[in-house]
Amino acid sequence: MSFEIDVKKRLGDAQIAVRFSADAGITALFGPSGAGKSSILNMVAGLLRPDEGRIVVDGTSLFDSAAGIDLPPNKRRLGYVFQDGRLFPHKKVRANLLYGYELADDGDRWMGLDEAVDFLGIGHLLDRWPATLSGGEAQRVAIGRALLSGPRFLLMDEPLSSLDRARREEIMVVIERIRDEMKLPILYVSHDRDEIARLAGTVVEI
Amino acid sequence: MLSAEEWEILRLSLKVSLAAVGLSLPLAFGLAWLLARGRFPGKVVLDALVHLPLVLPPVVTGWLLLIAFGPSGPAGRFFAHWFGLVFMFRWTGAALAAAIMALPLMVRAMRLSIEAVDRRLEGAARTLGASPWRAFWSVTLPLSLPGVVAGAVLGFARSIGEFGATITFVSNIPGETRTLPLAIYSALQIPGREAQVTRLAILSVLVSLAALILSEWLARRRKGAGHVL
Repeated sequence: MSFEIDVKKRLGDAQIAVRFSADAGITALFGPSGAGKSSILNMVAGLLRPDEGRIVVDGTSLFDSAAGIDLPPNKRRLGYVFQDGRLFPHKKVRANLLYGYELADDGDRWMGLDEAVDFLGIGHLLDRWPATLSGGEAQRVAIGRALLSGPRFLLMDEPLSSLDRARREEIMVVIERIRDEMKLPILYVSHDRDEIARLAGTVVEI
Repeated sequence: MLSAEEWEILRLSLKVSLAAVGLSLPLAFGLAWLLARGRFPGKVVLDALVHLPLVLPPVVTGWLLLIAFGPSGPAGRFFAHWFGLVFMFRWTGAALAAAIMALPLMVRAMRLSIEAVDRRLEGAARTLGASPWRAFWSVTLPLSLPGVVAGAVLGFARSIGEFGATITFVSNIPGETRTLPLAIYSALQIPGREAQVTRLAILSVLVSLAALILSEWLARRRKGAGHVL
């Protein structure tokens, strides 16, 4: 099992309670906005602490309230691709890409800068500031930044929603290649049925 | 142009103000951080205390410093005993008074810039393997730097102009505590010193202007940082 997740969290008036397990490939969390899909990703990332439950990825417990396990985000070895890219505005593209790479332990990296740049076709962007990138370019760089940190799995929070149709198609191909060639388990949040039908092997309705 | 005495006044003013800003910069940043990010009981009280020098009559601040940092005050005895540092009637006391008076302005500027940092960027840094410290040094601090620079410049300008608390706390001693404003005040007391008053006043304008231009230049050197003021 790639993901075994069973968490509860009260956020204001909303109660998030979700339980699912999923195999390799892309697991989509599907549901209307405001249902807490992003909060679930944040719990898996360690940015938001569940009230109780268990988060296991590929056999490693990231969070287990019964066993007192709560790994900090920087120890979870994940790559998070946000809806808005969330690149560091004070660093050029190259420094953004290398941010997680340089923090990773030697043995944990499985991709180099040149390889990532070729894979994503972003060689011409390396010396640009994030503010000058288009939405599609920024999302490619964000994916590259996540891959270069040597993650064991990816979290993607509506990575296509801010893009136009042509850019969507390009990024979708990139995500399919990550799924098929790199064999990374991906937890993928979306509210777009077509997107999910094409990408995801498992769908969890929230 | 300037007499030896006036050079001495300028040198002392710069020394006092730079020491004041250097002394209060880390403290101001820490307070700004607490006020921007902290959630603790008594935050309102801390906020009010930090702002107190801004609203108190400076002579009251000076008097409070005299009580706390004078030779028989608790803080005064502490620093004299452990660090051999004496404040009263010394340039160090002038720097302390200037630092206290500048603190609220520095905290305000820094707090605003810390609050303006998108905390989700820190979250992104954490998922990329950064410890909380690392995320602070590599993301939060650089992004709030324009506010830190603005705060330092405001604090420096405020220190250059500090008068009331200084003259109350450390008096007006030539070569030791007679900074630019105190020198102007002294010269005004003596008939026939109008020319010196004019020169010292122009000097004040030039120093303040230089500080502002320096801060703009620093801000522009940093890509995307925008204006400081």
